[in-house]
Amino acid sequence: MTTATTPTAATGSRYRGRPDAIRALVEPDRVHRDLYIDPELFALEQEHFFANTWSYVCHESQLANAGDYVTLEIAGRPLVAVRHDDGSVRVLMNRCAHKGARVVSAPAGNTGRFFRCPYHAWAYNTDGSLRAIPLKSGYDGTRLAECEASKGLVPVRHVERYRGFVFCKLSDAGPDFASYFGASLTSIDNLADRSPEGELEITGGCLRFLHACNWKMFVENLNDTMHPMVVHESSAGTAKAMWKDQPVDKPKPMAIEQFVPFVSDYKFFEDMGVRVFANGHSYSGVHFSIHSGYSGIAGYEEAMHAAYGAERSAEIMKIARHNTVYYPSLTIKGAIQSIRVVRPIAVDKTVIESWTFRLKGAPEALLARTVTYNRLINSPFSVVGHDDLHAYRAIQRGLQASGNPWVSLLRDFDAAEVGQAEVTATGTSEISMRNQYRAWVQYMTATMPTGEP
Amino acid sequence: MTGADSTERELIDFVVREARLLDDKRYAEWLDLWTDDGIYWVPLTPEQTDGVHHNSHLYEDKLLRELRVERLKSPRAYSQQPPSRALHLLQTPTLETSDGAAQRFVLRTPFHYTEAQGDEIQTFVGTAVHHLVRDGGALRLRLKRVDLLNGDAALPAVQLFI
Repeated sequence: MTTATTPTAATGSRYRGRPDAIRALVEPDRVHRDLYIDPELFALEQEHFFANTWSYVCHESQLANAGDYVTLEIAGRPLVAVRHDDGSVRVLMNRCAHKGARVVSAPAGNTGRFFRCPYHAWAYNTDGSLRAIPLKSGYDGTRLAECEASKGLVPVRHVERYRGFVFCKLSDAGPDFASYFGASLTSIDNLADRSPEGELEITGGCLRFLHACNWKMFVENLNDTMHPMVVHESSAGTAKAMWKDQPVDKPKPMAIEQFVPFVSDYKFFEDMGVRVFANGHSYSGVHFSIHSGYSGIAGYEEAMHAAYGAERSAEIMKIARHNTVYYPSLTIKGAIQSIRVVRPIAVDKTVIESWTFRLKGAPEALLARTVTYNRLINSPFSVVGHDDLHAYRAIQRGLQASGNPWVSLLRDFDAAEVGQAEVTATGTSEISMRNQYRAWVQYMTATMPTGEP
Repeated sequence: MTGADSTERELIDFVVREARLLDDKRYAEWLDLWTDDGIYWVPLTPEQTDGVHHNSHLYEDKLLRELRVERLKSPRAYSQQPPSRALHLLQTPTLETSDGAAQRFVLRTPFHYTEAQGDEIQTFVGTAVHHLVRDGGALRLRLKRVDLLNGDAALPAVQLFI
C-alpha cells in the first residue's frame, strides 16, 4: 500500500517539484485523500491545474454593450472580462501595469471607453492596451517602452465564446477549446436550443453559497447518483411523504414536482445512465433524468414548434440531462436553465455561484420555474443544500482519520474504460469521478517541472 | 392608553412573539401565525421587488414552511446533528404604515440574528418587515420580508428561520 509522500529534505515540500509524487495519488479506481485536504496541493492547483484547464468566465448577455465588464478570479488571478468596442470579449488581468493595483473593484458595470486606475490614473483601452499616463514627460529617457509597464493590462490569450458562454485558459499549454470540450458541448447546445430564438439571457441575480469544503466534493457530487435517496431523504423524502395522500391526478405544486424525484429509487438512477468524455467532462441523465417528468408550461411548446417545427422541437425537449460537468469550473442544467460555477478559495473553502437564464422568446412562467428550482436547491437557505453540504463537510473532516488514506471510486470500475474518449455507463457508476481525476493528474502535472521549486 | 396606542402595542408584541417562537423552536405555533397565502421572503438584495422571476434566498409559501418544519423532525436530517440554536435580537419595531379600515399594518424591525451549532457560531444582521392583517380578530402574518445587510455576499448555510 502506498503511504503519504514524505517531504524532501531540500525543500520541505511533499509535492512541489515532484510530479511523480502527484501522479501516485491517482490510481485508476481510487484517489489519495491529499487531493482534498493538502494545502500545498491546493496552491499547486492554482498555479498549474486551473491555469491549464479551460474555465468558465461569464455569459455574453452580461456584456451586452461596449464597455460592460464583470470581474472575477480564476486560479487566484484577478480578472476583468469586458466587451471591447469591436464587439469582441476580452479577458484581462485586473492589475495596473504601473504598481499593480487592482484597476476595477465592482463585480460588474460599464467602464465607458477605457479603464482608469484609481491610484495614479493610468488609463487602458478595453483591449488592455495602455491609453494614457498623466505627466508622461516624466518617462522621457526611461526604458518604459521596453517594460511590461507600457504593455498595459495583460490580456488572457486564450478566450473562446460558445453559444454565449465565455471561457478562457490562462496557460498556453494544453488543448484548444474544441478539442478540450469535444462532444460534451451538446449540453450547452441543448440549453441554448431550448430558447425559441436559440439565445439565452442571464437574469435574476446570483446566489452565492460558501461551502466549507474542497471544491472537488461539490464537483464529484453532481453526477454521484448513489447519494440523493440517502442524503435527501430528510428534505425531498419529507416532501414526498407530505404529498403522498393527495390524489394521483391532483396537479403538483412546482416545489413538490421538483423535490420528489430526488428520492427516486436506485433503479431509476441506474437507468438514467452516465456519459463521460476526455478531459474530465460528464453528464448523467443520458436517457432521462429527475427533470424529465415536469409538467408543461402554457405557450412554451407552441413557441418551440413555431420556431423549430414539431420534429426538431421534440428532439430538443426530449434531452433532459441531469448535470453536465464542464470540468472543472462549470456545471449546467439544460432542462432547468441554470448553471453552477465553482470558485475555489482555499483547500477547504469554495464558493458556488448559481445563475439562472431566461430563454429568449419563451413564456415568463418558465423563468419562474428556473428561479424556483435554483432557490429550492442552491440557496444557502436550501434544505437540499444543507443535506449535501453536511456530507461534504463530513468528508473534509473524516479524511483526517488515519489508517486508510484512500477515497474509493471502485463502483462499476472496468479497466477498459481508461483512456477512452467517450464512455456510456450505468447511471450509478462512479466513472464520472474516476474520469475527473484522470484529467486532474494530467493538467496538474502538464506544466510541472521535476525538482524545481 | 388610546386605541391607537393599544393597537401599536399589540402589533409590536406580535413581532416580538414571532421571533420568540422561532428561538424557542415552537414551530407549530409559528406556522399558525400566517395567513394561508402568507409568504416568508429573504430576497437577494434590498432593492429587489420580485420574488418570482428573480433569485431569492427564501420565498416560501405555506407548503414550503411546513416542509422546513417537518424536515427538522426527521432523524435523518444529518445536517442538524447536533441541532442548531437560534437567537433573534430585535430593535424595537416601528409602525411604518397603518390602515385601520382594512386592518393592515407594516412594521420594520432591524435585527441581529445568531445561529449556533456545536462549536460554530454565525451572525447575520438585517431588517425584517412584517406585513400584518387582522383576520377574524387575530393578527396574522401575510408577508415577512427579511433584508439581509449582505444578502448578495457568499453566505454559509443558514439552517433555521431568520
